[in-house]
Amino acid sequence: MTALTQSRPWRWTARGLGVLGFSGRTLVIAIPMLWLLVFFLVPFFVLGRISLAEPILARPPYSPLFDRAPDGSLEILANLDNYRLLWEDTLYRNAYLSSIRIAFVSTLFALLIGYPIAYYIARSPEPRRTILLLLVILPFWTSFLLRVYAWMGFLQREGLVNSFLLFTGIIDAPLIMMQTTFAVQVGIVYTYLPFMILPLYANLTKLDEAFFEASADLGASPLVTFLTVTLPLSVPGIIAGCMLVFIPAIGEYVIPALLGGPDTLMIGRVLWDEFFSARDWPMAAAVAIVMLFLVVAPVMWLQDWLDRRGLNR
Amino acid sequence: MKRGWTLPILALLGFVFLYAPIVALVVFSFNESRLVTVWAGFSTRWYVALFNDRQILQAAWISLQVAVASATLATVFGVLAAFVLARLGRFRGRLLLTGMTTAPLVMPEVITGLSLLLLFVAMEQVLGWPGGRGMGTIIIAHTTFCLAFVAVIAQSRLRDMDESLEEAARDLGAGPVRVFFDITLPVIAPAIVAGWLLAFTLSLDDLVIASFVSGPGASTLPMVVFSKVRLGVSPDVNALATIIIAVVALSIATAGVILYRQNKRRAQGR
Repeated sequence: MTALTQSRPWRWTARGLGVLGFSGRTLVIAIPMLWLLVFFLVPFFVLGRISLAEPILARPPYSPLFDRAPDGSLEILANLDNYRLLWEDTLYRNAYLSSIRIAFVSTLFALLIGYPIAYYIARSPEPRRTILLLLVILPFWTSFLLRVYAWMGFLQREGLVNSFLLFTGIIDAPLIMMQTTFAVQVGIVYTYLPFMILPLYANLTKLDEAFFEASADLGASPLVTFLTVTLPLSVPGIIAGCMLVFIPAIGEYVIPALLGGPDTLMIGRVLWDEFFSARDWPMAAAVAIVMLFLVVAPVMWLQDWLDRRGLNR
Repeated sequence: MKRGWTLPILALLGFVFLYAPIVALVVFSFNESRLVTVWAGFSTRWYVALFNDRQILQAAWISLQVAVASATLATVFGVLAAFVLARLGRFRGRLLLTGMTTAPLVMPEVITGLSLLLLFVAMEQVLGWPGGRGMGTIIIAHTTFCLAFVAVIAQSRLRDMDESLEEAARDLGAGPVRVFFDITLPVIAPAIVAGWLLAFTLSLDDLVIASFVSGPGASTLPMVVFSKVRLGVSPDVNALATIIIAVVALSIATAGVILYRQNKRRAQGR
């Protein structure tokens, strides 16, 4: 690197920037800062501004915010109709509530399925531990979309789950599982399970075996040891895993679109349909703004709170 | 300590849950019949169909280009952001930068996608750029959301790193640029590789953001696959999935063997 920093263009550029009052330090800070300001922060202001517009038949399909009034003065054309509709139409309210409910139930099941896997891996000797960990991570690196697709064939009326249940005689008639809320929950649990297992594993593997031995020596049964020693000690891992599943599950679009039925309401899907099917850009923007305040803001606040209490490690 | 059978059985059931759909996906990609539920004999016709599908091949090529470009850009910006936050101490806008590198991690994709599309449309109206949407706008969008993931990984590595190495280089007279390229970068190189790979996978996998910010003629692979599977199961998608799973499994197995050998060598060295 000496060659680069000693080269003439480099020195001239550095001197030129120095004359203009820019230090190398400012420049290094400015590059990621500017990119994120333009492509992450500014879009939210655009979103807020368009949520106050009306849909019109034009390109782009929303009304301008400022307009010249007949007398030449500048008028601000902002209306809160979209937000009024969001409040009055029960569709949107139900979609928000049902997203939270579906995400909550799925997170709970992901925890119930993921915990034994994480615990088992944490207590396995090498090299079994590494192999099992890789087996957990492998599905994550394959396509998310194709993992959801796998369940479409699985849960069909003539699918493998029904064939198996009919064959073993557990049921007499095929169950209808596709296009239900149940299918959406299975899909969420399935696709986000690695996100539950990995933080749980990271936490459980750090626990000192001596605690379990002490508990056993004092006469506790394995179940009592688990409930009174292991479980309380793994709370930070449980919280981290649940957050990693719950947060993306609320705004999920692909899973309800492929596995859900027409009555499976989720807010991400409502936003998508508002934009792509109804072509109502301002309404989609309003849904997104409300989602920011009702879903994203509380989640960020909760994470901050957990960080401060040292529970999110 | 006594070990019962409950835990291994529960863990085994968990792994069956994880792998049964994948196994079924692979098996039925070799099925003669169009139905993905009834076995009608072995056949590779869906692989032939897949490789003759120009739409899918073209989309795969676009996806690869987008993923390489946005992973690289995201790694450059993400590592810079991580370095600024971990090493430069206090500066104006620090809190803002921290927020902007962590918020994308919890941002629902539909919001990121919609807000970026509206930005591009507004910019086109005001500045005349970007003229239309396509690969360029997808790369910008993917760079922005992958950047945060790279920054998190690089930042945790920078925090764990022994800062006395950088101090020693400074004491020996190296300038800040030289310290960064000769000391910091080589030490955090594994985290940078990991960050690039994660960004590459996230970009390759994204359907929602790409659907919002893409334009005519720039459909990524997930967009084409989604429009296919929306109409129901189709065996050529199974064939595509099998190829992806095979590639990923091979790379992970290779990485696993290398890691295992390294650990063993390190353990023996002690």
